[in-house]
Amino acid sequence: MEHNQHKHYTQEINITPQLMERINELISHYPEGKQKSALLPVLHEVQDAHDNWLSIELQNKVAEILSIKPIEVYEVVTFYTMFNQRPIGKYMFEFCQTSPCCQRGVEDLMDYTCEKLGVKVGQPTPDMMFEVRGVECLGACGYAPMMQLGDFFQEHLTKEKIDQLIDDCKAGKITLHDK
Amino acid sequence: MGRKILLDKINVPGIKTYEVYRREGGYSSVEKALKSLSPDEVVEEVKTSGLRGRGGAGFPVGMKWSFIDKKSGNPRHLVCNADESEPGTFKDRYLMEYIPHLLIEGMIVSSYALGANLSYIYIRGEYMWVYKTLERAIAEAKAAGWLGKNILGTGYDLEVHVQIGGGAYICGEETALIESLEGKRGNPRLKPPFPAVKGLWQNPTVVNNVESISAVPWIINNSGADYAAIGKERSTGTKLISASGNIKKPGVYEIELGLSVYEFMNSDEYCGGMETDRPLKALVPGGSSVPILPAHLIYKTANGDDRLMTYESLSDGGFATGSMLGSGGFIVYDDRACIVRNTWNFSRFYHHESCGQCTPCREGTGWLEKVLWRIENGEGREEDIELLWSIQSKIEGNTICPLGDAASWPVAAAIRHFRDEFEYHIRFPEKVKNRNHFVTEPFEKVKHLVVKQEI
Repeated sequence: MEHNQHKHYTQEINITPQLMERINELISHYPEGKQKSALLPVLHEVQDAHDNWLSIELQNKVAEILSIKPIEVYEVVTFYTMFNQRPIGKYMFEFCQTSPCCQRGVEDLMDYTCEKLGVKVGQPTPDMMFEVRGVECLGACGYAPMMQLGDFFQEHLTKEKIDQLIDDCKAGKITLHDK
Repeated sequence: MGRKILLDKINVPGIKTYEVYRREGGYSSVEKALKSLSPDEVVEEVKTSGLRGRGGAGFPVGMKWSFIDKKSGNPRHLVCNADESEPGTFKDRYLMEYIPHLLIEGMIVSSYALGANLSYIYIRGEYMWVYKTLERAIAEAKAAGWLGKNILGTGYDLEVHVQIGGGAYICGEETALIESLEGKRGNPRLKPPFPAVKGLWQNPTVVNNVESISAVPWIINNSGADYAAIGKERSTGTKLISASGNIKKPGVYEIELGLSVYEFMNSDEYCGGMETDRPLKALVPGGSSVPILPAHLIYKTANGDDRLMTYESLSDGGFATGSMLGSGGFIVYDDRACIVRNTWNFSRFYHHESCGQCTPCREGTGWLEKVLWRIENGEGREEDIELLWSIQSKIEGNTICPLGDAASWPVAAAIRHFRDEFEYHIRFPEKVKNRNHFVTEPFEKVKHLVVKQEI
């Protein structure tokens, strides 16, 4: 458990009309009265639109939109690893560190990336541009070593590819979300 | 060349789009089923095919379908399990990413068989771009009249939606998946009642894997008997194998069940042999949960028979000398792999993924991880191997869902087959401080150090 999880972070909430339209579309996928089922997809959409993390205030807002209790949102946000409860690096390099990726050298590659960015795992760069994380199996074992960056996978990684990705992120050439 | 049922069209340019998929004969099984077969006839055809659940458990699909409660009159649902997260497994993504309409076609025919009018595909959160691919494909199918009201004028209505998860392996367990689909934490339910009676929103529900549902169109277009003619004994049809680790050609392969493990490993059509021609050390044949096999039990069973890629042959010898076909997550290890480190890696995975409902799993997986970590880091104690054995034996069978078993089996198998490697770590702590210890000096070279000491 990260100790800074208890620190209270705030963010500006902005549910745009487009976002609301998408939320309503997601709710329409479920029968009347079962709108709670849309919680996970809605949280993804809301998180994507808010620098990839969910403050308590934002979670309360989601509860209000779905007409459920805030605790029902907190329960879900704390259970699933993809929901972030604190501000995170804009470009989060999430390396798969499960067995098949380890057989293909992901641990050395993570060390290399951390060293290059001057960070430790789970610690964003001071400018909040980058963060490195180790995650569990991403289901791309045959294309190892690999990582997730935004909505996409970066596979068959090498040190040279990491260098290139960091440069591309800095140059704003990397698309994070598939909208 | 083995026969291809699922992947025969995957390399057709543009097959991802509706137009090309349709031109190649796509959706013909929907026409055939809805216009000329009753739902029960579709179920019978799938029963005849002998198709077994491709997610890992291998339960016959047709039989699972026949359990669905039709008497209550409650709405029924088909839910496709696309929460592929078993380490070593990446086959479902391959299907959904490159030929998404095959799954949708299978969803329509299968939903028709079950009498379901509202079905879902639950996909893991990390496959976000595949989720979008499926959403687009569903919209295309709907625009072409394969979904919606009164499909093909037959009076059958069906809506299919994709639901995205949030990053939790446990949601691959069917009742946890249903909880998650209801917008809750992925805590598995106590069974009974089974989902076939009380599933999604307490309605009768069938949960099937992507690969199982994708096999249905071929079965309907041809016949259950044709499908059953492929394969060997009770392992009928074809299976996707996701091959990874130290092999020349990692990737997803469709095999006819019954192929020998030797051929799959070494033929150029499949894995192409070992990555750098180093010796084969171990194999996890069916995803991280199944027992690991040492080199001498991979190509031959304990009886000396050829080991085949079938449910039966891979489990030949039980857990003492066999393993399981599982999800088809085929992970190959060469002599540089450290079995202790690998077992620790798997235990960390299960600890991380335990939902926390059952004490033996919540606590036990953490203890396994901790003890394995200290052995791997040269801080192991003489009694640790017995301790690991004791912990795993107390998790197995004592939890609501099979995650507890899945966490126990890899540890038990590693100790059973590679005990000397654990002893080496405990007795020569200085030699294992560097995490790549066997990369520079494979265990084979230092094995002689672990001999029973004379008293």
